Amino acid sequence: MLDINTKKLMKNAYRITKHRGITALRVRVLGGGLDAGYLDVIKAIAERFGNGKVHITTRQGFEIPGIPMEKIPGVNRLLAPVIQGLEVEMGVGIADVNGGYPAAGTRNVSACIGNSVCPFANFNTTELAGKIEKLIYPNDFHVKIAVTGCPNDCIKAHMQDIGVIGLVLPVYDPGRCMGCGACVKNCRKVASGALEMVNYKVRRDHRRCLGCGECVLKCPTSAWTRGDQYYRLVIMGRTGKKNPRLARTFLEWVNEGAVLKVIGNMYGYIEKYIDRSLPKEHVGYIVDRTGLPVFSQEVLQGIELGSLGRAAGFIPFGGYTY
Amino acid sequence: MAYWLDMDSFNGILKELSADNVVYAPVKMTGKGAFSGTDLVAYREISGVEQIEFKEKSRFSPKEIVFPITQTLLYFTEEEYAVPGTGEKGIIVFCRPCDVNAFKRLDEIFLRNGGRVDSYYRELREKVRFFVIECAESFDSCFCVSMGTNRADGYDVFIRAAGGGFLCDVRGDLATLFEKFGGPAEMSLRFIEENKTKVSIPESVDQSVFGHGIWREYASRCIACGRCTVSCPTCSCFTMQDIFYEDNPNRGERRRVWASCMIDGFTAMAGGHGFREDHGDRMRFKLMHKISDFRKRFGYNMCVGCGRCDDVCPEYISFARAINRVDALMKEAVENV
Ligand code: SF4
Ligand code: SF4
Ligand code: SF4
Ligand code: SF4
Ligand code: SF4
Repeated sequence: MLDINTKKLMKNAYRITKHRGITALRVRVLGGGLDAGYLDVIKAIAERFGNGKVHITTRQGFEIPGIPMEKIPGVNRLLAPVIQGLEVEMGVGIADVNGGYPAAGTRNVSACIGNSVCPFANFNTTELAGKIEKLIYPNDFHVKIAVTGCPNDCIKAHMQDIGVIGLVLPVYDPGRCMGCGACVKNCRKVASGALEMVNYKVRRDHRRCLGCGECVLKCPTSAWTRGDQYYRLVIMGRTGKKNPRLARTFLEWVNEGAVLKVIGNMYGYIEKYIDRSLPKEHVGYIVDRTGLPVFSQEVLQGIELGSLGRAAGFIPFGGYTY
Repeated sequence: MAYWLDMDSFNGILKELSADNVVYAPVKMTGKGAFSGTDLVAYREISGVEQIEFKEKSRFSPKEIVFPITQTLLYFTEEEYAVPGTGEKGIIVFCRPCDVNAFKRLDEIFLRNGGRVDSYYRELREKVRFFVIECAESFDSCFCVSMGTNRADGYDVFIRAAGGGFLCDVRGDLATLFEKFGGPAEMSLRFIEENKTKVSIPESVDQSVFGHGIWREYASRCIACGRCTVSCPTCSCFTMQDIFYEDNPNRGERRRVWASCMIDGFTAMAGGHGFREDHGDRMRFKLMHKISDFRKRFGYNMCVGCGRCDDVCPEYISFARAINRVDALMKEAVENV
């Protein structure tokens, strides 16, 4: 006699699957990076409780299918070191590591590999993913966040409710510039054409600059070097049946403090405006209902945009409807 | 004479010297490397010995101190022109033995080439005194021993960072100053006597290697970025630029700016022609200059084996290996005669 509270089961990061009585566990891998040792835990769960298979999710987690629902407590106990290492030790507040995940609505914060490996990266994406997770998890609101090291956006931050893109302010020393033109040519070819040669030296149009840092990478003399670290926040991108669309820029050239605060404030906005008659309402659809000004007013509370920071007043989201 | 100085006494010396000198040294600049989270070691003006990077090799060489990347040669109006001064102060350069030897090569080019003296170079160069930093260990890419540039002469001070202080061999008039701040010590100079990287320089390189496939290989690998030449302590090419000020085009300045045989435009001529477009040909030209052509004129090789070109090449092209490949080709050619 199987009597299951499906709401609780789902909150615990398990799924209702097509096979009656059989569930699947979704393991969060914060920022997509983990010590290889945790793979032993994933393997043990899959082999002892699941059907021996593991599915790698688009959010950089593991989904372990084929688990009989009555085995959940055993699975959760086995999972404890993963929750301890990948959540609690990152500062995420989880009281009982033996009870499995305390919430599943706010999804795993995914991240590209960032500056631990990638030459294009402008910062450590995993670290920021950790700070965001600490701020927003556990939480039941359905929110997807991703962090990407540069405007190449390998993590597809443009498909998230919140996409954080790392920028760098290029700093130019005209005395070190030999006028080779490499930065100008490259910016035009792979970025935004923000650079031009004037009197054999380079001029940067900040309004067109993406902050990708390609000019710094290309300069043979280090005339361009890395200045301060900034972020661009793209919001309300989504896939799904109702009006899929790419996220658009909401904030640009803001610092980490502003990024974290906007994300934190967004949960207050959801709390206030969510349609509770629905089982779950994604934040993007709430913004569709309230309009951007209401969203902006809520999330920009207490935000310091700084001297370079800018916030979008209007966003033509677009996308398409069926 | 040798002296031992702790950090404070060395800084005392620097402070006194700074009254009449600008002091340059390799400095590690946190976060200034091209990749995020990396540092840049390059030459900057310093005021304290703690700012000096003693462990890592500098990415750029000290040549930019006397041969600046951008140097204004004269300012002009419609009627007249003026040559900028270089100030009254002397210049102190902290550098490694290979770099001192590199200055000797620059001197040939700027002071003794074709019977002309480059007055701009001379003016700065005459101010320079070298404080040589002893190489405790060779870096992986160095091949100074092969190039005979592992020993340095013509310095004022030779420094060994040891035991939280500095052991200094001092020559000439600076001894008085060192005597004031430091205690007498014994010091025997040490130079690197073996590198991991070794090159064998061909006695002569002739045109028989010009058609070889290795240049086609380099053509496909080299992206002509110029990093190798820009970091090289002996590359001395420059171009001229006349600037007309944007808000008053009747005035302006003439500048000399570094140029590189590896970078597009070096051989550009009126009409848009260039006679060394192929990147493999550029590599060959550079190599010939460094290990053969310069020697034909001055009697020794231009390259000092600092290995910076190998350190900075984004395409992992090793200049040292290129030299060895050319040497092997020449030996083969001799055997086949
Ligand atoms: S988004 Fe940028 S930093 Fe991240 S992996 Fe892609 S290129 Fe590298
Ligand atoms: S940061 Fe990117 S967009 Fe901005 S100037 Fe440099 S290459 Fe161009
Ligand atoms: S790449 Fe560097 S040296 Fe070349 S034009 Fe740009 S800033 Fe100047
Ligand atoms: S060619 Fe390479 S190894 Fe030789 S002096 Fe120049 S940078 Fe140093
Ligand atoms: S650094 Fe390497 S790729 Fe760049 S020009 Fe030199 S050899 Fe070619």
